[in-house]
Amino acid sequence: MTDPIGIEIRNLYKIFGANPQAHVAAVRAGMTKAELQARHGHVLGLSDINIQIAPGSIQVIMGLSGSGKSTLIRHINRLIEPTAGEIVIEGRNVVGMSKDELREFRRHRTAMVFQKFGLLPHRTVLDNAAYGLEVQGMAEAERYRTAMRWIERVGLSGFEKSYPSQLSGGMQQRVGLARALANDAPILLMDEAYSALDPLIRYDMQTVLLDLQQEVRKTIVFITHDLDEALRIGDRIALLRDGSVIQQGTAQDIVLRPADDYVANFVQHVDRGKVLKVGAVMLAQHGFDALPEASIATDASIAEALQQMAANRLQALRVQDPQGQTIGVIPFQDAINAYTGSVEANP
Amino acid sequence: MTSWLTSFPQLSDSLLRALQRSIDNGFRSFTRSYGDLIEGFFSPLQTLLIWFERLLLGTPWPVILLVVAGLAWGASRSLRVVIGSVLTLVLIGLFGMWADTMKTISMVLAATLLSIAIGLPLGVLMARSARVQRVVSPILDIMQTMPSFVYLIPVVMLLGIGRVPGLIAVVIYALPPMIRLTNLGIRQVDPEVLEATDAFGSSAWQKLVKAQLPLALPTIMAGINQTIMMALAMVVIASMIGVQGLGQPVLRAISNQYFTLGLFNGFAIVGIAILFDRISQAWGKRLQKHREASHD
Repeated sequence: MTDPIGIEIRNLYKIFGANPQAHVAAVRAGMTKAELQARHGHVLGLSDINIQIAPGSIQVIMGLSGSGKSTLIRHINRLIEPTAGEIVIEGRNVVGMSKDELREFRRHRTAMVFQKFGLLPHRTVLDNAAYGLEVQGMAEAERYRTAMRWIERVGLSGFEKSYPSQLSGGMQQRVGLARALANDAPILLMDEAYSALDPLIRYDMQTVLLDLQQEVRKTIVFITHDLDEALRIGDRIALLRDGSVIQQGTAQDIVLRPADDYVANFVQHVDRGKVLKVGAVMLAQHGFDALPEASIATDASIAEALQQMAANRLQALRVQDPQGQTIGVIPFQDAINAYTGSVEANP
Repeated sequence: MTSWLTSFPQLSDSLLRALQRSIDNGFRSFTRSYGDLIEGFFSPLQTLLIWFERLLLGTPWPVILLVVAGLAWGASRSLRVVIGSVLTLVLIGLFGMWADTMKTISMVLAATLLSIAIGLPLGVLMARSARVQRVVSPILDIMQTMPSFVYLIPVVMLLGIGRVPGLIAVVIYALPPMIRLTNLGIRQVDPEVLEATDAFGSSAWQKLVKAQLPLALPTIMAGINQTIMMALAMVVIASMIGVQGLGQPVLRAISNQYFTLGLFNGFAIVGIAILFDRISQAWGKRLQKHREASHD
């Protein structure tokens, strides 16, 4: 397996229209999307995007339709050409690659999963899963062996001779996932991969992805418009609106400290009890003379902490890291405040 | 005053005559100086045609019947198509038109092969470039609407009378649907599937061979089917410039008013048209069995 590699997106701009280069300077100087549209008839797709994605992490890019999220992910493997900016992967700027270099890069460094699956309808599940390897020029026996392993891993054993049209949406996306994973590329791009699936199957597929990630440690860029999905799987989340990043950080950051009213509005319907972790709300242990007896893990949710305190009529819990060290305290009132969002929970 | 309005003002007769004469003379001298060269260029077609004709006429008729039955079965897996095809050929043979039919079939096969060989790459090129499409489209329009008798004239002037000029005339007539439907089929391939092949680093050739052509195949097959039908129709007209086969008796029937002779040969043409159509369509359908599979 290849080691995970990071992605650095620097000052990325995308302008759609007849002569995009002519308007980069104006946009850099602060021209808004509406102004550009009205005055020059060009559409501002992405504006000054800067995102650093750590190796082996899941970066969620989230936004409503038209926010530019699908445009952004297509810049990482240059399915869309940027107007200005850099995408640096392994010290190389993807934007500057020649056609041949780009093809090699796509064959070996990235793999992609699509919202509408993008499977080849005339090929069996097995031949679809092996497509990336086939394009790389791998011999048939070897690519079938690898593809079979991933078909089994995503739970499609017995369907390898079926055609995509014979499978349900969820199963088709498993084929898409198997095809991407078979490539063994360190970067996995998932463009609204689960948006076309119904909620139960979506949850199921999220679990599949999180389980797989424990094993394969890819650098995953995951596009979604679903906040619950973003909060569940994202190590970090970038919120996109009108082609600009309006906030980025962990799920805790975004729920506890929304950058503006737009984000606050977005997160107000979130189940805070499930999303917020004890570790993000706890107080440092100084100032507590008598530490509470009962303890809870730092990555447990607020809801779990409240449940435990309510069940045992406790006023506070000790917070322990995975090694069993006490690292803080969570009082009942703070947990309630964090849960309701009424007071800034962690001053 | 009134005569100026009722009769359209035209170029003077002498000017028109001079124009026609100079174009005719120009083409004639072009024919005289390059005719041999062009004939030499097309001579491989002669070899191909004669080879096809010898193959079909030299093979014992039971073998031909068996091969046709085999092809029909392989393409359609339907007993009805097999029996229909064999019965058609048996009737044609009984009515004394076997040799002419074989000649016609060899001509149609050669014309179809040539049309595919030219039309497929041209169609692909047209689908890849808007500029090529802009240039080729009007040419195809002209090829399809120009009365076929008109382009028989320069072909005969250049190459004389015989099989090869006949074949060229047939191909000119039968080629457009092949090009058009190849272009259409490739342009209709789902762009999301193509994006996926791009994302996995396919080269242009891999994309063409592994995605575009197989997905365009049903449309391309419809193009081949059309090409065969048009070639069959043109074979009769091409008999005027010496193409042998079922067209010649029809031509004789017209000039001598032999009603029955014309009818028999006409039915023979209809018979092999249906035979070609059923076999090629059934084959096209079987090529896309993944589409019939439904989700349960």
